[in-house]
Amino acid sequence: MTDTALTTENLAVTYTGNREVEALKGVSLEFPANQLTAIIGPSGCGKSTLLKSLNRLHEIQPNVEITGDVLLRDRSVYNTDEPVPELRKRIGYVPQKPTPLPLSIYENVAYGLKIHGRCDSKDELDERVETYLRKVNLWDEVKDRLDAPGAELSTGQIQRLCLARSLAVEPEVLLCDEVTSALDPISAETVEETLADLKEEYTIIMVTHSMDQAKRLADEVVFLYLGDLIETNDTRSFFENPQHERTQQFVTGHTAVEYTESSEESGADSETVPAER
Amino acid sequence: MEGSTDTAASEGRSRLGRRLLTERLSSYWLQGAGYFAIALFAFIVLALLYQSLPLLSEYSLVQVLASSNWNPAENEFGFLPAIVGTIYVTALTMVMGTPIAILAAIYIAEYAEGRTKTLVSSFIDVLAAIPSVIFGLVALIVVVPFVGDYLAPALGSGATGTGIFTVSLVMAIVVTPFMISLAVESLEALPDELRESSLGVGATKWETIRIVLLRAAGPGIFSAVLLGFGRVFGATIVPAMLIGGQTQLPSSPFSTGQTLPTLIVNDFGELMSIPLTQSALIFVGLMLVVIVWLFNFSAMLLRRWLQQRWQY
Amino acid sequence: MDRYAKQRLFGLLARGSAALVVAVMVLVVSVTIFRGGRVLLTDPAIAVTPPGSRYMLEGDGGFLHAVLGSLFIVVPATIASATLAVSTAIYLQSDYSSERFSDVVNMFLNVLWGTPPIVYGVFILTVIIAVGAQTSLFFGIIAIGIFQYPIMTRYTDEALRSAPDTVREATYGLGGTRFETALMTLRAAMPGIIAGIIMGFARGIGDAATVLFTAGRSTRMPAGLFEPSTTLPVLIFDQAMSFNAEVRSHAYAASFVLIVAVLGLIIVSKLLAGRYARFAPGGRNS
Repeated sequence: MTDTALTTENLAVTYTGNREVEALKGVSLEFPANQLTAIIGPSGCGKSTLLKSLNRLHEIQPNVEITGDVLLRDRSVYNTDEPVPELRKRIGYVPQKPTPLPLSIYENVAYGLKIHGRCDSKDELDERVETYLRKVNLWDEVKDRLDAPGAELSTGQIQRLCLARSLAVEPEVLLCDEVTSALDPISAETVEETLADLKEEYTIIMVTHSMDQAKRLADEVVFLYLGDLIETNDTRSFFENPQHERTQQFVTGHTAVEYTESSEESGADSETVPAER
Repeated sequence: MEGSTDTAASEGRSRLGRRLLTERLSSYWLQGAGYFAIALFAFIVLALLYQSLPLLSEYSLVQVLASSNWNPAENEFGFLPAIVGTIYVTALTMVMGTPIAILAAIYIAEYAEGRTKTLVSSFIDVLAAIPSVIFGLVALIVVVPFVGDYLAPALGSGATGTGIFTVSLVMAIVVTPFMISLAVESLEALPDELRESSLGVGATKWETIRIVLLRAAGPGIFSAVLLGFGRVFGATIVPAMLIGGQTQLPSSPFSTGQTLPTLIVNDFGELMSIPLTQSALIFVGLMLVVIVWLFNFSAMLLRRWLQQRWQY
Repeated sequence: MDRYAKQRLFGLLARGSAALVVAVMVLVVSVTIFRGGRVLLTDPAIAVTPPGSRYMLEGDGGFLHAVLGSLFIVVPATIASATLAVSTAIYLQSDYSSERFSDVVNMFLNVLWGTPPIVYGVFILTVIIAVGAQTSLFFGIIAIGIFQYPIMTRYTDEALRSAPDTVREATYGLGGTRFETALMTLRAAMPGIIAGIIMGFARGIGDAATVLFTAGRSTRMPAGLFEPSTTLPVLIFDQAMSFNAEVRSHAYAASFVLIVAVLGLIIVSKLLAGRYARFAPGGRNS
């Protein structure tokens, strides 16, 4: 029915620091185009690692080894002569922590456009900046102070600014790493609404620790556990009719014991105990 | 506790009394120490000012600052040559040192990894700890012949090797390590999300560094450069060894000259014989303090503004 | 130029700059070590021989007077200055003073930190003139101590600030007084403080401008607290300007001694910081 935007082929990531940690153990997945796929699973199970390895962002950390491949449409992400920034232009990334660049609101959105030389004139740039700020429902809130530092906005506004910044370079795929977890409930809701609007046009892959958020937003759900892919399905079937035992436990919230046990070695925090209800 | 009358309780009370006494006495001492920095600064300024008065009562401030004639034996006290020399040396040093320092800091913070990184940063630490007199000594047999025999003739100047350019080159070597360690510190304090955000929209590493990281670390790097500036400006030993010590307005970067601190060093022999010289040289000390103070103050304001402007 | 070429170019420039700085450091240290080492190897006695009567002219005898002078000036100066610096830093913490006050003091410390050492030298000289004394070991100690004070205070202040609040809370929780709590915080911040004190010591032993006019620039063995003396950096400065090749060669030998001392201090500071790190909750924080 839908075509595939991104494919991972036996993707495995190992951190080779002081202690060797297999963060991802050979995951093969297909991410459908123009849909929102949620990656869920307990903390420290490799969600963020999977997300960052899709556009090679994990490479800024030392001591990471990777095998397998990722295909964007039909082109390899890893075995290519194309410079990495060209790839990241097509697969954008929004970090978990709302992070304004040390620039004004306007320049934050214009940043990607400028470095990629997308706009020839100042008018065109103005227009694009407005378009994308509108797209994330931020324009009305900031149109009078575009020259103010981005950091002066509230965290919810900043997160939408980050979305606008990423969208401005027109990526085919947008990677979102728990983009609502650092926000208060009301801002989180606004960001969620924005994401729901955006999934019509973009392929969005989102990491979340909230089962409810996945239910509300996602078309597809991917469930990871300790670096293994356990199950992937469309949202409805995933929650109503989980195939795997582990998924059942996770969805119904009965994995708390095992979760604590396993999180101890990865040093994971306890803030994200899955599914309280 | 109030009701018990046995010895243990009274012993406990006297111990508590001793502890409270210690607390009281120590707090007097600490309070004194707390005010020491302010008192010291005030004392330095007042002492220097008091001893500069003899000169300032004879000549006006404008007179001594604008006159280029320095000849204590004839009662001529013009500081202009030394002031120009100081500005010359400071400017040249910063022009040579700052770009290298920032680039090297970028290498250490953003490019180097693992053992290379540890090695290079400990080399920089060592370089920062070497006494400046040693730089002066090594420069006498390495830099002076190089400038005198090759560089100055190549640029059409018949210099001997000692002079303003030589001092600037050596001072650039002396101050870069300080600037590097401070700049590295402020770059490394930046959160990884900044890098990820910028790379995540397809920026190259260099674009990320230039547009995002250098700005975010801007206030810190700015302080680093200022620290370097202050050290060059007040440097004494290296200029005294290498500048040639002639109190004249410098005509080219290779000519000999004088900076404010070297004026003090070179003319102190005459101090006891001519009364006003003493006052004049102490006045130089006062100038140095006042300029450092003005500089620090304006730097503080500018840094606050940068922090506000380039927050992340 | 396209953006990838630019990225490569600046990557190379950054690498090159770092390589240049490292190369310069290797050059300076090896020239000092080799030249000084050669002089010291041919005549090791000069480092432990008192100077002859015409030492600065003909280089007879050795420079023991400067080695001892450095020790006699910098060790007491560091002890006195460190005591004062640690006390100031304790007073600047929130238990003793308001944020406003510590901001003001920190501003003055910044100014003092940036004040050129020559100014301290001139300042002490005005004191010497005012009290009608002569330049001596004693005033050298005062000058170096004042010079070290802002350096050590800043390091100590930073170390105390980065000590975890839990130490303070725990000591207060046991009924400790303010002073007892301060001592415990001091213990927790020890690695940073030690590093700061050694840093101050290293800066003090290497500085010439502060002692140039205050310690006396003497060419004899230090004879007493109120007698003229000299230090290694001042001696090197004087030797380097000499017309006698023998005296100039002694400058390299003296530099060898000085650079070995300074490098030794850095290593000791790193080792000590590692040792004391056991008392600092959360490992090293300096």
